[in-house]
Amino acid sequence: MASILLIAEQYKGSLRKVTFNGLGFAKQAAEQLGLDLHILIAGSDVGGIADELQGYGAKAIHVADDSDLEIYRTEPYTQVVCKLADEIDAQMITAAATVQGKDLLPRIAGRLGAGMASDIVEMLEDGTFKRPVWAGSVIARVRVETDRKVVSTRGTAFEAPKKGDDTADVNEVDVSLDEADKVRVEDMEETKSERPELTEARVVVSGGRSMKDDKGVKMIEELSDLLGAAMGASRAACDAGLVPNELQVGQTGKVVAPELYFAIGISGAIQHLAGMKGSKVIVAINKDPEAPIFQLADYGLVADMFKVVPEMVEEIKKRKGA
Amino acid sequence: MKILVTTKRVEHYESKIRINAEGTGIVTDGLTYMINPFDEIALEEAVRLKGEHDAEVVAVSIGSDDATQQLRTALAIGADRAILVKVDQPLDSDCAAHVLKAIVEREEPNLVLMGKQAIDDDANQTAQLLAEYLGWPQATFAAKTESLESEAEKQKEPAIEVDDDTATVVREIDGGLETVELDLPAVISVDLRLNVPRYPALPNIIKAKKKPLDEVTLDDLGVSANAKVTVLGYEPLPERKAGVTVESVQELLDKLQNEAKVL
Ligand SMILES: Cc1cc2nc3c(=O)[nH]c(=O)nc-3n(C[C@H](O)[C@H](O)[C@H](O)COP(=O)(O)OP(=O)(O)OC[C@H]3O[C@@H](n4cnc5c(N)ncnc54)[C@H](O)[C@@H]3O)c2cc1C
Ligand SMILES: Nc1ncnc2c1ncn2[C@@H]1O[C@H](COP(=O)(O)O)[C@@H](O)[C@H]1O
Repeated sequence: MASILLIAEQYKGSLRKVTFNGLGFAKQAAEQLGLDLHILIAGSDVGGIADELQGYGAKAIHVADDSDLEIYRTEPYTQVVCKLADEIDAQMITAAATVQGKDLLPRIAGRLGAGMASDIVEMLEDGTFKRPVWAGSVIARVRVETDRKVVSTRGTAFEAPKKGDDTADVNEVDVSLDEADKVRVEDMEETKSERPELTEARVVVSGGRSMKDDKGVKMIEELSDLLGAAMGASRAACDAGLVPNELQVGQTGKVVAPELYFAIGISGAIQHLAGMKGSKVIVAINKDPEAPIFQLADYGLVADMFKVVPEMVEEIKKRKGA
Repeated sequence: MKILVTTKRVEHYESKIRINAEGTGIVTDGLTYMINPFDEIALEEAVRLKGEHDAEVVAVSIGSDDATQQLRTALAIGADRAILVKVDQPLDSDCAAHVLKAIVEREEPNLVLMGKQAIDDDANQTAQLLAEYLGWPQATFAAKTESLESEAEKQKEPAIEVDDDTATVVREIDGGLETVELDLPAVISVDLRLNVPRYPALPNIIKAKKKPLDEVTLDDLGVSANAKVTVLGYEPLPERKAGVTVESVQELLDKLQNEAKVL
């Protein structure tokens, strides 16, 4: 039977949580289109995490385990996916629209001659897709014209499915890569943080350009930690080197949809809103009452962050103690 | 060395985008246009590399006659030549990649520098597809290790290093910054934190009028416009209900605890 192939993503031996949101889409698409669900996990020593993918209704879990796949690189991964896609007659190939997904999926689409819908938020009854365009100002409905389709999914738009007790066959993929790779990974400078991952947190506290320097950053960090929140930022804050690039929320950064989002000293440019307007409750703190962020916020406080953030920290500590 | 840079014409990033009554497109009245901001960054990097390597920089745009404006801007910023591929309707990323492949085969650049995504369709596909169709390596999401307010940036030093056979690129990925070396020719797509693009200087705007700008058609290139992805229509986003203003930290925390129940 024809199938749908979900590419699971791992980083240093742990599955990325967003893979399960992608799985939510893949499962739904499999049912709707009458396709078998197959999952691929690639990397080095990834046999263990394949178990975590059990219980989601897959027909098979394919494990591509090879030292050449330890660090993600476009070409080796493309080869593995395309070969498997042919073997299992995959009509749809999908993954989460992470940095890796964005790098890999178009390349696969090109090799398979398939059309690709990027960053979708919904699949309709007729098999067409909805996706945000113009920095999320509007939603486009698109049709992929090729029989075979490649789809990347926006994590915040799909729920992770419940785990059942079914078991999928586990298949070891025979990894044989063609030719020497033309890309060599030389170095990796990791951003280390003890805080929760932005896209996975229940609460996100984001600071903007207004943090100004380390003192301002510390203030936002303190509030984040107190709330067990992930920290985010605007582009301006990242550009200024105040916080790591990875914390950027927006059109071209991370898309988040936590239960509670704080935008502190962030003006609310459309490119920032694109990354957080799906949040359940939005709080804006800004000293400019005209800041566009207030149009979107559920609760707005017109105030100087350097005054009210420490006040909030004290007050939350007090309430927690009580 | 020859560097090809793509410069797509897009609605200005500060534009308020509204859907037309039929939901078939956007209202274009009153909109202004610019070079796709990511492409501006690609162009800036190309111009810096040109300063270091005596390279020729060729800017390409696929679009209507209007895209000539963006190509003239690219010439004023420092491209040596420009090519307009004339098409009447917008193309999907796959068609754009096929067109660019045909241009690359004519021009034979050592390097293609592109934006990672066009801010109209937000597809983030064309660079990867072009690399695939050419059989070239790709490095997506090029960035700089230093901040955009660093000395290196003030000195306008290129962040991408190239020699005759290879390029070294820092990439912004989930988890940090990765450095890769790739064989040339190659396609590199750029992210926001690679450089701060310059504005064209007035004398250069005048000089740009004399620089060569060629026009070609899809027929000339032997490419047909068969879209693999078709846009069927547009719809607005669901509205959010209006929020309230609070007067104090106390009131805010009370509301978050008792009304929204998220604290
Ligand atoms: C192609 C492109 C992509 C982009 N992608 C993104 C993206 O993904 N994410 C993103 O965030 N941006 C993105 N941007 C940038 C975006 O357009 C804005 O420039 C950016 O979001 C502004 O950041 P900011 O609000 O921190 O800074 P500013 O716009 O400078 O706003 C600072 C705000 O802080 C307030 N303020 C200052 N001091 C205080 C204080 N003491 N207390 C309280 N408030 C204070 C001010 O009133 C102001 O509203 C992108 C832009 C482009 C062109
Ligand atoms: N019509 C076009 N003209 C010039 N460059 C384009 C065009 N379409 C796409 N590109 C390039 O491809 C990049 C990615 O576009 P996209 O895949 O549409 O997000 C853009 O930043 C441009 O550099």
